[in-house]
Formats: sequence, C-alpha cells, structure tokens
Amino acid sequence: MNSTSKLSNSIKHSQNSGNPEPSFGGQGGFVSRFVPVNIENIDTDQIIPARFLKATTKEGFGKNLFRDWKYENDDESNPKVDFPLNQSQYAGEILVAGKNFGCGSSREHAAWALADYGFKVVVSSFFADIFRNNALNNGVLPVQVSENFLQKIFSLSNEETLTVNLEKQTITINSTGESDFFEINSYKKTCLLNGYDDIDYLLSIKEDIEKFETQRG
Amino acid sequence: MAKTLFEKIWEKHIVKTIDDGPSVLYIDRHFIHEVTSPQAFTGLNNRGIKVFRPKQVVATADHNVPTLNQHLPIKEELSRKQVETLVKNCTEHNIELFGLGHPFQGIVHVIGPELGVTQPGMTIVCGDSHTSTHGAFGSIAFGIGTSEVEMVMATQCLLQSKPKLMRITVDGELSKGVVSKDIVLYILSKITASGATGYAVEFAGSAIRSLSMEARMTICNMSIEMGGRCGLIAADETTFEYIKGKPLSPKGEHWEKSLTYWKTLYSDKDAVFDKEYHFKAEDIEPMITYGTNPGMGIGVTETIPTTETINESDKSGLSKSLAYMGLQQGSAIKGQKIDYVFIGSCTNSRIEDLRLVAAFVKGKKKADDVEVWIVPGSKQVEAQAVKEGIDKIFEEAGFMLRQPGCSACLGMNEDKIPAGKYCISTSNRNFEGRQGAGARTLLASPLTAAAAAITGVVTDPRSLPNPSEGGL
Repeated sequence: MNSTSKLSNSIKHSQNSGNPEPSFGGQGGFVSRFVPVNIENIDTDQIIPARFLKATTKEGFGKNLFRDWKYENDDESNPKVDFPLNQSQYAGEILVAGKNFGCGSSREHAAWALADYGFKVVVSSFFADIFRNNALNNGVLPVQVSENFLQKIFSLSNEETLTVNLEKQTITINSTGESDFFEINSYKKTCLLNGYDDIDYLLSIKEDIEKFETQRG
Repeated sequence: MAKTLFEKIWEKHIVKTIDDGPSVLYIDRHFIHEVTSPQAFTGLNNRGIKVFRPKQVVATADHNVPTLNQHLPIKEELSRKQVETLVKNCTEHNIELFGLGHPFQGIVHVIGPELGVTQPGMTIVCGDSHTSTHGAFGSIAFGIGTSEVEMVMATQCLLQSKPKLMRITVDGELSKGVVSKDIVLYILSKITASGATGYAVEFAGSAIRSLSMEARMTICNMSIEMGGRCGLIAADETTFEYIKGKPLSPKGEHWEKSLTYWKTLYSDKDAVFDKEYHFKAEDIEPMITYGTNPGMGIGVTETIPTTETINESDKSGLSKSLAYMGLQQGSAIKGQKIDYVFIGSCTNSRIEDLRLVAAFVKGKKKADDVEVWIVPGSKQVEAQAVKEGIDKIFEEAGFMLRQPGCSACLGMNEDKIPAGKYCISTSNRNFEGRQGAGARTLLASPLTAAAAAITGVVTDPRSLPNPSEGGL
C-alpha cells in the first residue's frame, strides 16, 4: 500500500459537508482552454475588491471577480475591452496569471470568486501562501510552474488547451506536448482527488487534540 | 541542537504530523471579526457543532464599522447585518465580544496586544493577513482564510506546513525623523513584495531591539507585505514591561511562570536560517511608496525609478503602476500634491503614533486643500488621546479625530478616498483601489504623513521644525 492510499484510508471517514465535487480525478487529467492575465503581483483586492466582502454567505462572488479591472467606473455597461475576461476569444476553466498571484489580504472571498466564476485551476510561477491554502480549501488547484513555462503558456494562441494531471502532478501544453511538474503534498492531493476536507480530518483526530491539551497542561 | 525562535514555538504546538503532508498545529488564540467569520459560523452550524474552545477566541467589530457616530445604528445595511451577525454568533457560541460601544473595541490587531491577550510563545491566528502584527511579542501569528477560521473554531487546530526561515537583521541607530514604518518600507523596497513568501521572518538586530513594542508591531504587521507567513521578534524586557498589568495578561504566580518560559524564547546563537538579510539603520531615510505594491517604495528625497533602475521584480508592472498613480518615471516624489491624509490602520494607529503626530503638528495648521483623518486603533487609544489633550492639538491643526476602526485602510465603510485623489496613508497597502475605487495611495510613516498634512505636498519631515525629535 503506498503512502497516498494509506492516507486516503485514514481520512476517508466521512462524507463531508458540501464541498465541490472532485474535479481532477480520472486517467486523462483535466483538459481546458485558458484565460491569460499577464500581470504580476495580482493581489486579492483586485481579485475581489473589499466593498464586496459584506456578504455573510459564500455565494455569488463570481460576478464581481476582478471587478475594477473588468469595468470602467464600476459600470457594467462599460466593460474595459482590453481585459482578458471581457474578450470572447478567451475561455476555459484555467486562469493563467503572472508571478506572486493572490498576495495581500487573506480574504477567502478571492478563492470563492474564482471558483464561482468557474475557474478550477490557477497557473502562475509563484503564489502567495494564504491564497494557496484558500484555493486548495475550495477545490481550486494552484499550479506553480517555472517562469519559463509560464511565459510559454502566455505565448500560446487562444485556441490552445492545457492538460492538468493532478495524479501525475503535471501540466501539459497539448499542441506541443511540453510539460512541467508542479508540487503538492500528498495529503492535499488525496483530499482534492477525493473531495475530502481538512475540517473532517481534524474532527476525526479530536481525541489526539484533547490529549495534547491535557499533556501541555 | 541550536533552534530558531520560530522552531521553539512551532515544535511546542505540533499535535501530530502527517507523512508527506502538513502538521496539525495547535492554536492558542483566535481573533475573529465581522468580515471573515460569518461563513465559518455557518459551516459549524451546518455540521451541528459548537466552537470547541470559546475561551480562546476573542472577537471585535472593526472592518466595517463607521468612524463617526458609532452610537447610532450602522446606516449601511450590509455592514450592519454583518456586525449584527457577529454579535449573534458570539452570543450563541459563548465568545467574548468587544463590539461597537464596548470600551475595549478597536482594530483586532490593536486590541489583542493592548488587552494582554497577545503573549510570547503563543500561536495566534485571525482571518486577516495582518495577524502577523502579534509576532512582535515573539509569537507565531498569521492570517488565515475563512475555511481555516472554521477549522480553528471546530478543533482549535490547523493543518500547516512548516515554512522556511528567514532572518532580517537591522543594526545601528535610526537617523532623526526616521521611524519603524520607514524601516519596514525600506526592507520592502529592498526585498520586494514577494521577497519573503514561503518564509517565517524573524526581525533582529540592535535597531529592532531599541524599538518600543508599538514600533515593533508596525514592522511585524507589514511582514505579510513581503509575503512572509509571519514575522516575529524575540521577546525581551521591553516586551515583558508592555504586557505586565494588561487586563488579560497573566497575573501573580502565573506571571512568574510565564516569564520564566518567555525568557527561553529566542533564536540560539548557532541557529540556522534558510535566508538572511542585513541592513544598516543609518542607510534608512523617511520612506514613501510611489507604486501599487508596498515594495515599490523610495526615500522621500529620491526619484521614482525608471525601467532601467527598478528591481527585476517590479519591472514589468512599473508602467501600469505609474499610469494608475498618475506619476512619472524618474521624477521626484517630493512636492507631489496630496488631497487626503489618513493616519490610522493596524499598522500605525496606536497611542505612540498619535503622540508622534501631535508633537510634530503642535502649533502648526494643515494645508487648506487637504483633508486629514486620524482614526485611532481602539477605544482605549482614543480615550488616552483625549486624556493627554492630543485631540485638542489635532483640532487646532484642523485634523479630524474619528472613532476606531479599519476605516480608509481598505474603505469597507464610508471612509473612502475618491477616484483619482492622492492619499498619503500610514496604512499597509497601496494596491489599486485599496482605499476606494481609483484612489491613489502613498504609504508613509505617521511623521511623513503629518508633514504632508501641513504642506499639502509630499514633504521630507526632517525639513520642518519638529519639537519632538524622538525616535519611535
């Protein structure tokens, strides 16, 4: 039994509470076109501006994704035509962005907005730590590639597709077969492939936590 | 084996470690506020469980609250609903809430330390990236997302991978007119807004040691702006002195026991860091940002970089940033017209910040066409300012002392900077639209912000008479 399946057994204890369906299973991996936003240091204030954080539920953030880059003066009838999310030639469930994606505020609303808009994968050459966790906790896969590979994707035509294979931890440019490896720890990988979440796991080890509390006094 | 401060604390909080996976990290203190907690409570309710250790959770309302007329119901409906939801959730889950109207209410990262909740050696989290502030006490403190807020509420634990370790040493003495905000903006300008991503950052060196607790908090606060998972400074006599006697700090026998433990919390002499930086305090001048990430900063007497002179990290974004800011490559920042001055936020809204500004502006008046907002970090800071007569100095200078909250740092309440206007701000982020859609933010120290308030343009605070002259 390999370590991943052992882990899988140890956390396969409950059907959890409404997390998204696992998206990355299957032999062939996940194939999609992509939307390129070739800007570095995209902070979570751009992904979802603070004025949209007043909700008390997780729903409906997608329509305000990149709000101030999408519209002039917050006017939905006046889209900024040069922003890729407004350009009909781009489509797909993969967002490709410049390095240091998701820096700044810890707002998970950024991950909710990306997921609600329909993105399942974000590709960048570097991710901010808090965003990476938030994305993973919402079934959005952060795929960190080399700067060189990222630039190759940016140079592709808008019709091209990418394949993300979580099992093998690879991302491939389908037209050329060029591929890059990405890191993810086997715990998170198992969670994503099976739709488990961290809270289920933590609740399952509550006895250990209580024991820890007693021992430290 | 020699250990770093971070490792000593981290190892004491590991419940267990998953093979090729994260560790289960026990969390001592959990701060919550109205914006990033409601969905976590809903998650708990959906699972039919209660908060596991409510006594380890402290709540306040800060992000959304108005900074005028706090005694009246919040006008904006969604903000009001969020604050009311926090009250309801705290009641249902037996969580102590320092809400609107409470004498301890304030910005979460201001009230935690001033109440003595924040202590050395702790693990501290909050659904807010500036939780790194609390690391100034020699604790591991970091911001988390709402799913993680729910995890901590449910189990008092988080799944975390151990970050790499960085030490930033600043030795020497600060020059006149240079304060802790300048240190951190200087470090940011050198290592960039992503320079510490993946790292826990320990700040060390004689220049750091000589700082007050409030000044140390300013530095750790902005460690997230370098991408740092957390920032921390080893506790010392300054730390112990600050904590002693605070409302929720350990007392009596418990104090002595805590103190003995806290004194063991420092990086051993031979401890190894994955990365080290060294800076000289003498090289730092009053700093200001010109761009749209906090790493885009320069000395106030310097010129805005050009594509030839800027660091590699910000090269591709320079034109976009400057177009947004309405500024030119290669031009001086000094003399740039300012429309608003915001002195506040979890970075710089504590009593020492207000004292510094008051001492500087005493007897001076603000420029006619500048609006100046002073937003204290907490009710306690506000009360202290009034007690010391600082409010009168501000009034005479034409500054408006408002009520506590996050305010124009992120413009979630009414305190927004209008599109196209320039705001010199003591907050932590100059991102596009951060202070309001289209707003242009220049980050600086309270002293540099105060100087601009007087002249109406970006000004070297050292060029104006300053009765205070003390370092912060």
